[in-house]
Amino acid sequence: MISQLTGNERVLAALTFLILLCVGVAMAAAGRDDLIGTHGWIIAVSAIAGAVALLRAYDAPEPSATRLSEYYDDPSKVGIILTLIWGVIGMLVGVWVAALLAWPELTIDAAWASFGRLRPVHTSGVIFGFGGNALIATSFHVLQRTTRARLPDQFSPWFVLFGYNLFCVLAASGYLMGITQSKEYAEPEWYADIWLVVVWVVYFSIYIRTLLRRKEPHIYVANWYYMAFILVVALLHIINNLAVPISFGHAKSYSLFSGVQDAMTQWWYGHNAVAFFLTAGFLGMMYYYLPKRAGRPIYSYRTSIISFWGITFMYMWAGSHHLHYTALPHWVQSLGMAFSVVLLVPSWASAGNALLTLNGAWHKVRDDAVLRFMMLAAIFYGLATFEGSFMAIRAVNSLSHYTDWTIGHVHAGALGWVAMITYGSLYALTPWLWKRPALYSAKLVEWHFWLALSGTVVYVFAMWNSGVIQGLMWRTYNDSGTLSYSFVDSLVAMHPYYIARAFGGLLFLSGAVIALYNIVMTIRSPVAVASESASDIPLGLEPAAPIAQAGE
Amino acid sequence: MSVGERDPFTGHQTTGHEWNGIKELNTPVPKPVYFFLITMGVFALGWTLLMPSWPYGTGYFKGLLGVDQKQAVARSIEEATAQRASWMIRIEKEDLAQIQSDTDLMRTVREDGRTLFGDNCAACHGANARGNKGFPNIAESPMLWGDNPQTVLQTVTAGINGADPNTRVSQMLAFGRDGMLTQEQVSQLAGFVTSLSDAATITDTNKEDIAKGKDLFATNCVACHGKDAKGLVESGAPNLTDQYWIYGGSRGDIYQTIFSGRQGHMPSWGARLTPAQIKIITLYLLDLRKNEAGTTAGGAS
Repeated sequence: MISQLTGNERVLAALTFLILLCVGVAMAAAGRDDLIGTHGWIIAVSAIAGAVALLRAYDAPEPSATRLSEYYDDPSKVGIILTLIWGVIGMLVGVWVAALLAWPELTIDAAWASFGRLRPVHTSGVIFGFGGNALIATSFHVLQRTTRARLPDQFSPWFVLFGYNLFCVLAASGYLMGITQSKEYAEPEWYADIWLVVVWVVYFSIYIRTLLRRKEPHIYVANWYYMAFILVVALLHIINNLAVPISFGHAKSYSLFSGVQDAMTQWWYGHNAVAFFLTAGFLGMMYYYLPKRAGRPIYSYRTSIISFWGITFMYMWAGSHHLHYTALPHWVQSLGMAFSVVLLVPSWASAGNALLTLNGAWHKVRDDAVLRFMMLAAIFYGLATFEGSFMAIRAVNSLSHYTDWTIGHVHAGALGWVAMITYGSLYALTPWLWKRPALYSAKLVEWHFWLALSGTVVYVFAMWNSGVIQGLMWRTYNDSGTLSYSFVDSLVAMHPYYIARAFGGLLFLSGAVIALYNIVMTIRSPVAVASESASDIPLGLEPAAPIAQAGE
Repeated sequence: MSVGERDPFTGHQTTGHEWNGIKELNTPVPKPVYFFLITMGVFALGWTLLMPSWPYGTGYFKGLLGVDQKQAVARSIEEATAQRASWMIRIEKEDLAQIQSDTDLMRTVREDGRTLFGDNCAACHGANARGNKGFPNIAESPMLWGDNPQTVLQTVTAGINGADPNTRVSQMLAFGRDGMLTQEQVSQLAGFVTSLSDAATITDTNKEDIAKGKDLFATNCVACHGKDAKGLVESGAPNLTDQYWIYGGSRGDIYQTIFSGRQGHMPSWGARLTPAQIKIITLYLLDLRKNEAGTTAGGAS
């Protein structure tokens, strides 16, 4: 990958590694009595590893100008592998913590192995490690294909990809050491947050610079969604993480907000992380890979527009529904609920637009597990958004809040929607990028599909049951007007569902392992065929050829 | 907009855009989308008119229904208090013996007591009150500080080695670690104490050690545990001759206890629960003990 950098880019890379090394060493020195010191060393070692790789190929000849007549897909390729690996890690830890909840005695006597430290490794591992890498890898691919422009340079995509993964490593290792700012889905401390901002700004600039050079007159809807994802996540991340570190040599910081303002900021962030990270970004993915795989035009351009603006506008207001019946003023709760309810319409319009796109290709859905993954994702997207709007209603929330129903809802979205659209898209994308005739094994994709579906169903049904039982037990009064059940009673009632949940998670994890194996074997099988389609080159460098319907 | 082509399957025109083979149909937005957008919008707007909602500079619109969540909570607390008042007043006023003699009131105590015990006591003593290692069995074993109702109430209220100034205080000294006894002596003492509840542990080979342990017991332990080793409620020291052990009754456990000492802790519940709740927990526990004793006796006969 170094040999693909131009001379200037190699200098830029060297400078980056030098700065990173200095920052890492400075952190290690200033934080020698603190956990931040360990992170300083991790940063310094990453910089040295990068610099060694750079120096080894520093004198390689410059890439030829012919590269500019091809799309730049290597960062996407590495991103796909990282996605699959993070997926296995994140889901493995998920099964682990699920097992801890069912059998708490199955733990080892070490601080890092406690539930409170492992759980964020699971959540960040799957959301940021798995989901984030999938978004970066596919966005680079979709961006180039739908603008007919190559990425603006060879350095910045690698900077984004590796910089982002450095953030993920700092996050996960920090949790295990006990570094957290105790904000759900925003646990990493101030220095990791600053680093992510740097990476994110470069990511956004890649998008803008490529769009500015686009050869297509219109910007495809997938790119609107990817742009919304990048832009809003930047906004959310920066505001929610505003904090003052106690010193430059300490990991600990204090949030700029306190009390209910802090809670509101956190859930404005938290809900929109779901909206723009786990929804908008993956809708971008869906809008490219689903019609491409189905070989069908998008059902309705107009519906895409309505749903895009509906989703982006209304999600912004919905976060307060996480704080029903709390110290948050009632009026903020009313507004959050009102917007959450209306939000259902554009969400279902998007899901419907995806499913109606499959009209004329349902025979492919039947025969092709890859397309079936994407179809099922759209269905789960519809289910989860309906459930979300429903749970945002205050009266419903009074039953569902703080129970496992919330966990079930999140996983209907995360397993059913996010993971399924990701696996569907990666299965479609891998043979295209590596120029293979097909995946290593279609049968394994079938296996993965049914494991993923059954795992999700087992998981979600277990948590629905558990959550509703829990919620009802907490509000059941006896004749004398006191609570009928103690908290421990509700724990006993949940136990069978916790076992079922761990089993469902295990099924899903097995599917993720199969996917990693299948894709690695696809890459290693040495049969090369023609590229994605005749049109798989940036426009403007080739005489405009009549555009054929894309092959698979 | 460039001229589209007609999609043969749906009969709709495309928009004429194309991105790497992906086209879009120019299908109008389906009518249900507009319908639901309008109905949901009307619902949401209506909701915000009824409820506290839109903010303005210095305040917010209070809503046509005049609903306020703080008042709603205050009202439901009032209602719940009123619902419980009939029996709660009696629990508060009457003394323990009076309550115990009233079967109706005791039914309520059993109902509410089970939940209170589950939420406050079960974490240490177990849901069935039979304890865990480190936490005494309070369903069956003799009570360290006495099982007279008023005494139990006092123990729960003030706690053991707790924060309350009236807390019960008790400590088993670390005879080995603090050098009051040698390791050999601790071992002899442990042998003797083990033999108190299990005579089968006395063999020809350890008879002498146990005799030495007995002497050590007389000089070091009787002040708290009593001459007969049956414990003293005044010092909260347990009976060493029965089958109930807080920290384990094996010779190794007992050695450990004598060597390193023990100082259990129970929170002072007076600072966390109302006097009525503590009364209910006390009565619930005494009732539970009575039933346990009943079943044990029944089993024996």
